[in-house]
Amino acid sequence: MHDFNFIQPKSAAAAADALAGAEDGQYMAGGQTLIPVLKQRLAMPTDVVDLSAIPGLAGIEVSGGAVRVGAMTTHAAVAASGAVRDAVPALAHLAGLIGDPHVRNRGTLGGSIANNDPAADYPAAVLGLGATVVTESREIAADDFFTDLFETALDDGELVTRVDFPVPDAAAYVKFPNPASRYAIVGVFVSRAGGAVRVAVTGAGPCVFRQAEMEAALSAEFSAEAIAGVAIAADDLNNDLHASAEYRAHLVGVMARRAVAEIA
Amino acid sequence: MPSISMTVNGQAVTGEVEGRTLLVEFLRDTLGLTGTHVGCDTSQCGACVIHLDGVSVKSCAVLALNADGAEVLTIEGVADGDDLHPMQEAFREHHGLQCGFCTPGMVLTALALVADNPDPTDAEVRHGLEGNLCRCTGYQNIVHAILDGAKRMRG
Repeated sequence: MHDFNFIQPKSAAAAADALAGAEDGQYMAGGQTLIPVLKQRLAMPTDVVDLSAIPGLAGIEVSGGAVRVGAMTTHAAVAASGAVRDAVPALAHLAGLIGDPHVRNRGTLGGSIANNDPAADYPAAVLGLGATVVTESREIAADDFFTDLFETALDDGELVTRVDFPVPDAAAYVKFPNPASRYAIVGVFVSRAGGAVRVAVTGAGPCVFRQAEMEAALSAEFSAEAIAGVAIAADDLNNDLHASAEYRAHLVGVMARRAVAEIA
Repeated sequence: MPSISMTVNGQAVTGEVEGRTLLVEFLRDTLGLTGTHVGCDTSQCGACVIHLDGVSVKSCAVLALNADGAEVLTIEGVADGDDLHPMQEAFREHHGLQCGFCTPGMVLTALALVADNPDPTDAEVRHGLEGNLCRCTGYQNIVHAILDGAKRMRG
């Protein structure tokens, strides 16, 4: 890997300044994606701005009908949190399925969603629960946050500080993991809150997306049978060495029905 | 170059590093602790697993600068002198290794797993090993070793 300046600011404002002052700066949260990317020289920043010394960015609080998770909270902390398990067990379950124990001890919620890997797990929870992404300057609805392959609504230098997940009546996440990396070949997050149903799909397309037909069918009748007839088109889905687009389309249906069956 | 200090296997150490220096490079190249292995260099194989402030991490996916001030445990710090740790004894007894390359990471992973869950099931051990690759054993004897090591540690 190429060398870089390592900067460890003590506040979000100082982090933004450091990034703005760098020739080609890069924020680093847990580094579990960034460090492998640097080693492969897929990114060669002049400055790495490490976020781990900024106070107040890690922590979990359940209040006002929402689970509020700080951006620097590790996957392991979310998976082990009794408060999260009580309020949204599917969220703790999802966090415990990310990567492996060592990755979960370093990787963070903020890093995951800011990177927006098409096969990452957290985007499915953020979109599937209709969460709100909070930054230093504004609040961004999940529906507006994930915009494209590795793209989000974040401006240059904008820092995610936390994510507020509304507590649903019920939710489930089921994924078909890649057997080596544990990334989602397809993962489906289903939530029900009042009469509203959200179905978010990760791993299948270039970016996490909602499956509107399934949501409509489940709003009318919340059962696995209700979505058995929903046809998933393979046209825009990912096609790579791990799985064909047609296989992924098939898996979307299977994972969605399993998720619904868990909570129906 | 920035200077860092940390406690490794109970001993205070210091050294100079670059921004890009990985923790595993600091351990192996600066401190000479070559028991921590680099298997894949893509952060997938887990041969480089160590404990950083009490939790297991892949030391090839942590910058040395991020371990400044931390407490580190490597395979060299697991045994008590010539007396193997009960988990190491269990690996030896159950033939939980063949070539031995992945073993340091396996043992450190096993110790972290048992610290969280002193009486794990077979399935929990297998889930806990998802970040550690072994190309020799097929994992069966590693799982046996960890279950028995956990039992020995419970006394």
